[in-house]
Amino acid sequence: MTDQPTAFERFVQGILPENPVFRQLLGLCPTLAVTNGMKPALTMACSVAFVLLCANIVISLIRNLLKPHLRIVVFTLTIAAFVTIADRFLAAYFFQMSKTLGPYIPLIIVNCLIICRCEVCASKQSVFTAASDAMGQAIGFGLALSSIAAVREILGTGMFFGIRVLPENWPDWVIMVLPPGAFLTLGLLLGLVNWIELIKSRRAS
Amino acid sequence: MNFFKNSNLAQAWLVLLLATVFGTALAGIQVKLSPVIEANKTRETMEKIPDLVLDTSMATQTATQDLIIQSRVIEIEKNGITKFYPVYDVQQKNGSLAGHVAKARGQGYADKIEVLIGLDAGGNTITGLFILDQKETPGLGNKIVEKTWRDQFINKLSDTPLIVVKSKTGQPNEIDGISGATISSRSVTGIVNTTIADIRPRLLPIPKTEETE
Repeated sequence: MTDQPTAFERFVQGILPENPVFRQLLGLCPTLAVTNGMKPALTMACSVAFVLLCANIVISLIRNLLKPHLRIVVFTLTIAAFVTIADRFLAAYFFQMSKTLGPYIPLIIVNCLIICRCEVCASKQSVFTAASDAMGQAIGFGLALSSIAAVREILGTGMFFGIRVLPENWPDWVIMVLPPGAFLTLGLLLGLVNWIELIKSRRAS
Repeated sequence: MNFFKNSNLAQAWLVLLLATVFGTALAGIQVKLSPVIEANKTRETMEKIPDLVLDTSMATQTATQDLIIQSRVIEIEKNGITKFYPVYDVQQKNGSLAGHVAKARGQGYADKIEVLIGLDAGGNTITGLFILDQKETPGLGNKIVEKTWRDQFINKLSDTPLIVVKSKTGQPNEIDGISGATISSRSVTGIVNTTIADIRPRLLPIPKTEETE
């Protein structure tokens, strides 16, 4: 276990150095699909955080019982159970948001970010480390989603969380809330993050 | 002993156990939350009813409390299968019948599609269509929820079945299909056709219910 990162390292790495979207390019389906506004993006981020945390804890608890060739089945089963809980919960208490997100909440089951964390961290490390890894990755995912959603919602509708932030005569860039806007924003932000990393490493050397 | 160790049951006991535990937990959650979800759907249905039976201009003027909405269930037996259609009869305050709203569901491309169909009094023309629940493909099939597509159904006569076409030829019973989502378009149109054919003979007269004053 000595070569495994500690709980704190796991937590910090998830937020920026190993950001699930900008560094690992995982979970891109929700990243592209629900970031046309801040509210759906944050709902998605919270749902993913819940599923990720619960799945990581359960997998870490049973990690010594896992059989190598059956582990993926166990991961999927666990994730699917928590995703269904999240989906039913949203349908019961956030009905309109649940309708807006539609099939993207059930689709968290196939979000490779979660299965990746189960495989890389939770199935090998203690419950506490797995939980802090889940928190770090969830925060990183939330940051990525909200940064993309902020750009798209502000440029596309002139609003932020549904509140007007740009002047009334702002010509809404409709393309930003449409699917191409998702690709454009993700590409540009990815470029920006990589550029910052590049400058950092040049300064270091 | 070795035989037992290699058996499928010994290999998969964890998977089976987890499946049972999660299944039970989900059943519990379903039992607890489904009344809330159903209540949400009923509330949405009630909110949409004025839009579905009245013209848009009238719907904005008429508040929901000015309408008397009565619900009943129409039972249809077809090919040995009994179908249930929840129907809401909408009356103006002065007692004149404004129309009916029927709730129906059918198989879509991905999952069941649940719709509300607005009909005028007696069910001769369609006055509105609303998609209550769907899980169609994002970007293609889920365009059935868009108002521009749904509004095609308004003012269609209900005695001729509607058909989905790729390009309109001017026939009054044509519905423009969504490109890339022919199955979803056909499913919705099919649900509308079947529902109207099933319930239209039974819409009038409205069964008398005891007045609750």
